[in-house]
Amino acid sequence: MIRYLGRKLLIYLVTFFVAVTVDWAIPRFMPGNPIDQLLARMHAQPQSQQALTSYYTKAFGFDVPVWKQYLNFWVALFHGDLGVSIANFPTPVWELIRGAVPYTLALLVPAILLSFWAGNKVGALAARRKALDNTVLPASYVLTATPQMWLGIVLAWVFATTLAVLPVTGAYDLSLQPAWTLEFAESFLKHWVLPFSALFLVAFGGWAIGMRNMIIYELEADYSNYLAALGAPTKLVRKYAYRNALLPQITGLALALGAVVAGAIVVEIVFSYPGLGTLTLTALQNRDYFLIQGIFLFLIMGVLIANLVIDIAYVFIDPRTRVGMAGSN
Amino acid sequence: MAVSKQRLRLGPSGAPLTAEAPTPLAPAGAPTAREKGRSEFLYFAFRNWKFVLGLGLVLAFLGLAIFGPMFVAHKPLDFAGPTDAHPSHHYWFGTTSFGQDVYAQFVYGLRSAFLVGAVGGGIAWLLGAGIGFTAGYRSGWVDDVLSMLTNVVLVIPTLAILIIVAAYLHVHSYTTEAILVGLTSWPWAARAVRAQTFSLKTRDFVDIARLSGRKTSKIIVTEIAPNMSSYLLMMFILLFGGAILIGASLDFLGLGPATSVSLGLMMNNAYLSSALLLGSWWWFLPPGIGIIGIVGGFYVMNVGLDEIFNPKLREL
Repeated sequence: MIRYLGRKLLIYLVTFFVAVTVDWAIPRFMPGNPIDQLLARMHAQPQSQQALTSYYTKAFGFDVPVWKQYLNFWVALFHGDLGVSIANFPTPVWELIRGAVPYTLALLVPAILLSFWAGNKVGALAARRKALDNTVLPASYVLTATPQMWLGIVLAWVFATTLAVLPVTGAYDLSLQPAWTLEFAESFLKHWVLPFSALFLVAFGGWAIGMRNMIIYELEADYSNYLAALGAPTKLVRKYAYRNALLPQITGLALALGAVVAGAIVVEIVFSYPGLGTLTLTALQNRDYFLIQGIFLFLIMGVLIANLVIDIAYVFIDPRTRVGMAGSN
Repeated sequence: MAVSKQRLRLGPSGAPLTAEAPTPLAPAGAPTAREKGRSEFLYFAFRNWKFVLGLGLVLAFLGLAIFGPMFVAHKPLDFAGPTDAHPSHHYWFGTTSFGQDVYAQFVYGLRSAFLVGAVGGGIAWLLGAGIGFTAGYRSGWVDDVLSMLTNVVLVIPTLAILIIVAAYLHVHSYTTEAILVGLTSWPWAARAVRAQTFSLKTRDFVDIARLSGRKTSKIIVTEIAPNMSSYLLMMFILLFGGAILIGASLDFLGLGPATSVSLGLMMNNAYLSSALLLGSWWWFLPPGIGIIGIVGGFYVMNVGLDEIFNPKLREL
């Protein structure tokens, strides 16, 4: 178990190291100098150009040798310093991200957990049941092939524009202030349900397909046949199959995190939901490089931590990892 | 997209595909084993409705992408027609609020989607297969290094890394975009191929090839790859569909080429121009339907192929 978790931890540490290095290297070694691009956008006077160039060179830390820039980047990172937003000068990047993260988590965590739970349950029900299989499976294939932002657009069009029952912009009514009141909670929920549904439905399709296939496979396994031959009720056999089928699904959950995060980014944009996705879009539009880099690092850290949580959960779920017989892959 | 990743494994535990059925001795004058194998494949393929439906969908959209642009009245980005026009016999899919022909954008967008899918999926396929074969066959430190690389790229969210790369490197063509997508979406394929190779390389026929002194690369190409050809085909299909979805997200974020048309960019424009609030459904519905048609078609075709290649699944 220690070895299993240790190996995983090593992978995540290397990943983090690589991610930070990429984050540091891309602005510096990509063609096109970000400072020039910034200045081009400002349409500054020629004499102020020079002052600005030297200012930004300092701000980016470009005035020291490359190896020192790299070290400085790490030092700043460990001080929680991700730089200062250019578009919202002088707000630190970290503060902008901290403001956006709760909204992204409010969408992501329920969407991931509920879709995993519901998708697995429905997929397990559908396996080897003709009528259900023939409805759930095609629907799941359509859902899993749907781009999340498009589903978001369609949901918004149906429920906000056409039926006018739900709001479409922001995370709460702008006349309200975030507070622990019933009124705010209601407004928040109303704004939350559509972006959540877009994420939930697409992920749901994938889990349902996966579980349905796994259950069929498990029901063919020797232990299922043996159990059935002993006269065990179908319900019990299916329960055993479900537990075994769940293991690869949990491994899949770790793999799917990146895709769900990607989905959240584009869905938030559709609904102008004030999370990391919308922040990414404004950062991209303003060429706010520090902010883009900060969001990138933050997303990676989030995914790494989530991976680690799944790995630890896996140890509890699969006894084989505890005695060192097998890993999750 | 996400889930199809782990679902590729045929016989979900990763059991190798090579249930070599004993070939019955062909009577004289009968078709050779190879021909017979092919016709048997076709026999089962065209009796599998999932394969036929999926292939039909993909081919239908491919046809639209190839021949559709021949029937456009205006260039996709021309401000040619009335603004916000409903679909009519003149503008089949209506027009945007800038007066652009939505049908023209749609068919050209399909072309970009197929380009990104083919190039991006192709690159990811080559990388995934190459790294997977090498890691699985070589083992030892080569495997350790490649597996670490695979795991690292696997954990990093693809879209996050694409955002940061595309933000600095201005993407001017769909080929560039496709290359970026391909370079980041191979890891799960590499892992799957590695596992398969791992179990195949201990087989007798591989040992014999090795004893006969054949080169490693040749053993992989002539002995191992053919024994998982169906697996490799299905992998390509899933990577193709995945690349289209990722490319669409990038275009939706405005990180793709701005001077040509794609389905993601159509959604982006529709969203930015408040097509939603105006209720211009003819503008934002087609791009999504196009993507679902192609990617969903690929996925359903993949299930069909799974049943064709794996007789155990056929009766279900």
